[in-house]
Amino acid sequence: MAKYLLLKHYRGAPASVNDVPMDQWSPEEISAHVRYMNDFAARLEKTGEFVDGQALAPEGAWVRYDGEGRPPVTDGPFAETKDLIAGWMIIDVDSYERAVELAGELSAAPGAGGKPIHEWLEVRPFLATPPTITD
Amino acid sequence: MDELLLRSLTPSVLTVLVRRGADFAAAEDAVQDALVEAVRVWPAERPRDPKGWLVTVAWRRFLDATRADAARRRREDRVEVEPAPGPASAVDDTLQLYFLCAHPSLTPASAVALTLRAVGGLTTRQIAEAYLVPEATMAQRISRAKRTVSGVGVSPARAKPRARGSFDRPGDVATVLRVLYLVFNEGYSGDVDLAAEAIRLTRQLAAIIDHPEVAGLLALMLLHHARRAARTAPDGSLVPLAEQDRGRWDTALIAEGVGILQAALARDRLGEFQAQAAIAALHADAPTAEETDWVQIVEWYDELARLTDSPVVRLNRAVAVGEADGPRAGLAALAAVDAALPRHDAVAAYLHERDGDLATAARLYAEAAHKAPNLAERDHLTRQAARLNARRGR
Repeated sequence: MAKYLLLKHYRGAPASVNDVPMDQWSPEEISAHVRYMNDFAARLEKTGEFVDGQALAPEGAWVRYDGEGRPPVTDGPFAETKDLIAGWMIIDVDSYERAVELAGELSAAPGAGGKPIHEWLEVRPFLATPPTITD
Repeated sequence: MDELLLRSLTPSVLTVLVRRGADFAAAEDAVQDALVEAVRVWPAERPRDPKGWLVTVAWRRFLDATRADAARRRREDRVEVEPAPGPASAVDDTLQLYFLCAHPSLTPASAVALTLRAVGGLTTRQIAEAYLVPEATMAQRISRAKRTVSGVGVSPARAKPRARGSFDRPGDVATVLRVLYLVFNEGYSGDVDLAAEAIRLTRQLAAIIDHPEVAGLLALMLLHHARRAARTAPDGSLVPLAEQDRGRWDTALIAEGVGILQAALARDRLGEFQAQAAIAALHADAPTAEETDWVQIVEWYDELARLTDSPVVRLNRAVAVGEADGPRAGLAALAAVDAALPRHDAVAAYLHERDGDLATAARLYAEAAHKAPNLAERDHLTRQAARLNARRGR
């Protein structure tokens, strides 16, 4: 088994096929989208492939050490044009192919007009701990 | 101490229930209930025959759970089906459980989880911690696995791998060994050491099944386990075989592994685990890295390549050839191996370095680091690239 991170982006990802901002969907469309995501997670829990998932707020800040005795530097409260991550899910699956298959399903979550968004999701393998045998 | 005893008894108790006709999942629940009861009752009074006690309690729990009749009827049933007193022979029973848990209809991940639970007697929480997933996820994985094998049964023919040819079919002992090897290779750890657990289960298997490959796997695990303390520095970084402090190898484990391997090899039925163990034994046998018998190791890799036709084996063989016949020969052997294999770049880098081509070596180490599947390996390869770049800069 190997763990993968499925990353959902607010922006920074290529435009989706059904590219309508969420605030222009109907409330029913939003509910359907959320329900799809929850059902997806619940289904993976049943197959024993779910590890964790969280949504992230769109507001974020860059933070940097600014030298001895000084407070860290931030770029202010307002996010600019950074690549923002909307949320993530961690899965634990048998193969890379399975991870891609599941990401494909997640990307089919319904959006405006109840049609799949076809959004781009990022799939990243975890760096595992080393196996008992490497030499 | 009772926990270890309970864990060692769990598989045979479970198999008694399954053999008596209990559905696998229901039997497993009943055994878990009996274990909880044992933990509660035994400290006050330890039964004379712990296994018989567990079987009796578990069977009662099973009956209680499956018969939703009135209490009167249950009491009658209990008397009626009271198992005969005295210890039941459990040898073949446990073997059946190994086969069931490694059933080919399960995915490797499910087979591993079910084996740890049913044969190893670990709790779902312990297994979940070892694999770094939520307990609920592991519970579902295990209960799905139990549903999959429920009603599958194990044919007696499969439980007797001595017959020639049966060793290579799915569902035979080779599948069981693969599952145990997967457990051994897991680097994760919760409060259970999976490598030690795999060794414990393989010892148990070796005690009930007489096959050179079972012995071969046990020897292989012992020989690798013996070197474990020397494989990482205190800060967690990898220490390559050649640089390991051989004083930290566990000589008792090495001696045991070599003894088991020699007995297995003497039976003249070579398999891939015996061949791998032979290579591990040759490494373990060398007082210093320089004294390693690389020529013999290459010969064992040739055997292994013949047995498995595995590209990973050919990759490792190229390393051995490089040591036995020089880096040029190693690179020639490497040329025949698929470059897309994990660690191909790392091997190429090492051989180029030994051949004196530091620029190529540094570039390949950096590429290998980029593709490394785990942090310790990535850090190690990055350091190698950095070391060569620093040397070339001077």
